[in-house]
Amino acid sequence: MTSIAKPQIPLLPLERNQLGLTIRDYAGSMSTLCAGCGHDSVTAAIQEALWGLSIPPYQVAKLSGIGCSSKTPQYFDSEAVGFNSVHGRMAAVASGAAAANRDLVVVGVSGDGDSLSIGLGNLAHAIRRNVRMLYVIANNGVYGLTKGQFSASADIGSRSRKGEPNLMPPVDPMLLGLSLGATFLARGFSGDKAQLVPILRAGLSHGGFALVDVISPCVQFNDHEGSTKSFRYVREHELQDIDADIIPVRGQIHSEQTPGSVTEVELHDGSRVLFRAVPEGYDPRDRVRVGSYLVESARRGEIATGLLYLDETTPDMHQLSATTQDRLWDLPFERLCPGSTELARFQARLR
Amino acid sequence: MAELAPRRTLVPIPVTDVEDPSYFHKVVDCQWACPAHTDVPQYIRLIGQGRYGDAYLLNRKSNVFPGILGRTCDRPCEPACRRGRVDGDAVAICRLKRVASDLREDVGWGLPRAAEAKNGKRIACVGAGPASLTVANDLMPLGYEVTIFERQQLPGGLMRTNIPAFRLPAKVLDEEIAVILDMGVDIRYGTEISSMRELLEMGYDAVFVGSGAPRGKELELPGRHDEVGETHIHIGIDWLESIAFGHVNKVGRRVLIIGVGNTAMDCCRSSRRLGGEDIRVMARRPRQYFKASPWELEDAEEEGVQIVVNHAPRRFIVEDGRLVGMEFDQVEWDEGAVHSKTVGTVRIDCDDVILAIGQENAFPWIERDLPLEFSSPQLAAVDELTMQATIPGVFFGGDAAFGAKNIIWAVEHGHQAAISIDNHCQGVPVAQRPAQAMRLTSRKMGITQWSYHNDYNPHGRQEMARVDLKERFERLNLEVELGFGPEETAREVQRCLNCDIQTAFQAPLCIECDACIDVCPVRCLTIIRPDWADEEELRTRLNAPAENRSQAIFVSEALPQTGRVMVKDENLCVHCGLCAERCPTAAWDMARFELGIPYAGRPAEVG
Repeated sequence: MTSIAKPQIPLLPLERNQLGLTIRDYAGSMSTLCAGCGHDSVTAAIQEALWGLSIPPYQVAKLSGIGCSSKTPQYFDSEAVGFNSVHGRMAAVASGAAAANRDLVVVGVSGDGDSLSIGLGNLAHAIRRNVRMLYVIANNGVYGLTKGQFSASADIGSRSRKGEPNLMPPVDPMLLGLSLGATFLARGFSGDKAQLVPILRAGLSHGGFALVDVISPCVQFNDHEGSTKSFRYVREHELQDIDADIIPVRGQIHSEQTPGSVTEVELHDGSRVLFRAVPEGYDPRDRVRVGSYLVESARRGEIATGLLYLDETTPDMHQLSATTQDRLWDLPFERLCPGSTELARFQARLR
Repeated sequence: MAELAPRRTLVPIPVTDVEDPSYFHKVVDCQWACPAHTDVPQYIRLIGQGRYGDAYLLNRKSNVFPGILGRTCDRPCEPACRRGRVDGDAVAICRLKRVASDLREDVGWGLPRAAEAKNGKRIACVGAGPASLTVANDLMPLGYEVTIFERQQLPGGLMRTNIPAFRLPAKVLDEEIAVILDMGVDIRYGTEISSMRELLEMGYDAVFVGSGAPRGKELELPGRHDEVGETHIHIGIDWLESIAFGHVNKVGRRVLIIGVGNTAMDCCRSSRRLGGEDIRVMARRPRQYFKASPWELEDAEEEGVQIVVNHAPRRFIVEDGRLVGMEFDQVEWDEGAVHSKTVGTVRIDCDDVILAIGQENAFPWIERDLPLEFSSPQLAAVDELTMQATIPGVFFGGDAAFGAKNIIWAVEHGHQAAISIDNHCQGVPVAQRPAQAMRLTSRKMGITQWSYHNDYNPHGRQEMARVDLKERFERLNLEVELGFGPEETAREVQRCLNCDIQTAFQAPLCIECDACIDVCPVRCLTIIRPDWADEEELRTRLNAPAENRSQAIFVSEALPQTGRVMVKDENLCVHCGLCAERCPTAAWDMARFELGIPYAGRPAEVG
């Protein structure tokens, strides 16, 4: 919460993207989250990623469920279409939006409670359908709105603010996604935008369901000694092994990377993702190796971050269902709703 | 792709020393630019609270003549004002100063008083202008006996003789000067000092020369001395002085002013009031090279004065012993206006010519065989820090020291000379200067509550009401500017960005959550690994490149979690306090910076 809105400074020199827009054109209203909340950094990173990719602000659909994290769509891109769904049902609503209008850039922001507890089933099937969207989990390991109970992503042994340890195993969204056939898996940290923004840019350019797990500390209920989702703990245990950045279709290749250590993957729209992995032989396209790497690093108590897994070959929801190339609103009413005669003929075929 | 680049080695962190009073002082652009370092944001807040008397006294502490300066100051603060970089128009600092003066209640309780007991030291001042008056202002309360020798019958120096009364009414001048003289200054009117040697032999403990730069520059061109009888070619500052003392009360219908400084503006506007109708200010160079302040040019043009550029005077045309016009070369300039070429000549008829092409120092009364050295034929060698000449105990200030400057510089020279005179008389080396002091105090009142108005007010600079164009020429001494009314004042005070409310950072508390960086409306914060080569490179690597090199870069100590550092570009910070509002650990705070300025016999104090 702040006492004033951001001053709009007339003479501020701001960089413009290919649409001639500044980062301010992707802003939302002022956040009412706690001072220092990781989610505000996630918001800022999404804003920067949308701006950097020159996505028209009105072409974005931003959706969320319930929770602190689910407030964040209010805080970026005021021109976008917004939907604040029932608790845990954001993935379903987003699937519908993506089905109805394939030109939408769908951005869902959810939390560990909304996605890994009440909404786990919705998330699982959106992953399976490979809905083309960016799905961000702002993951802080606690239920902040209800004063800090452990959530489904809390690690075993992580302590609450009053000192009680968590005893139940966590749901790791990355391993979950891998087992469900996810096509884009990345983990970032709200305290490291230099890594997070490129991940989000890659996710927005991905041709299917891009799941990004962002460790986003709760400064109020989970940033203390003994927590495994505090700023300090994440900084001490983070493995920044797999750096990635995206080269947009019209973008320029940056010359600074060392050849040989970089893996390049082309995305469906012609843009390319570059990886640099520190572990010997790490291949973000090898599902089995990625899985064992994630299990091993978790066992060592380390948090593997970066663009962890990418599969550009699996068809997305539209391709799987062979849907129309048109946005539904562009279809003439007769095609959208063929009428009772046509329905009767269709039903007769099934008898 | 920078993240894929190999990491570079860390550099020793050039941590910014915020304990040095000059660091935060520089952030307060107006106060830094003011020669007397007036605490502008604080007096603007006091005006906002209706505490006009307190605002006046705060001004008076550093600039001694708030009422006079509120009308006539050269305003070095305004081009420096941060607001100018933010929306193009500086806060009307000078006009707000006048508001404090116009609306002040009785401030007698806060004015300096002469010491009850004299300390036996006698000081002589030459000239009763702003510099000498400041010396008296600072020394009388310490027990010094100050004698001022003034050539004229009234005090004030150039403030009275060269600034027309329609800009500075005599009442304002008399009031502020009386405060000083009434402390018991021994002022000797009509006394011209004609020999420095004799003055030195009079046994004063120190001598201060504040006699200004009293000689207007001549324009020696053909025809200059061809007139017979009464001359119609006038030296600007002498002519203004004659008007001030009532010796001149009319001018011809067609007047040419040569030169485009502020004196030229006073001359043309005075001409307009003395019967001149066709008044032209003749400039050799294009407008962007004029010396006059933009607002003085605007005032003159509003009154129907024509400003003519690219005309170089060639000769005076005198027929039958009477001035009838002037001839000018029409010139064209190259880029940067370094070289010109003449493209034609033109004759302009006129009845009077006023020369306003600058002022010179003249010390015909200082014997050149004294051990008082001169740095040029016109100027004595004066130390810039102590104001002392090469004879110990002889000090210079105001225009007499380094040539024509302005009132606010004269005041500052007076303050510094007073410190030196006090040192000299108390047996302390004059070069031993008292230190400045500083204090930072938090403005936090609660979560997201501050004891200053932190919101940005988008209002534009307020215009000042003036006397109607017709009416203002009816009486020579009618003040043109009416001062801000309550509405203009209320809006203008809100335009101030409170640059003295500093973003004070405590690195050990920072958890690097990025909240401040995300919320900053001007993107002036960056957390970065200390691996830059030099400040130049650092400036290019910030969230928003720091291109204004006149503004400082703040670098914190290493942050506890990652060893990175917090960097702030001071350039566009609007001091809104959002960084401190979003900071979960209070690593950022908004704290008021007070600069303690030392004066003669009074060490720097804050609060």
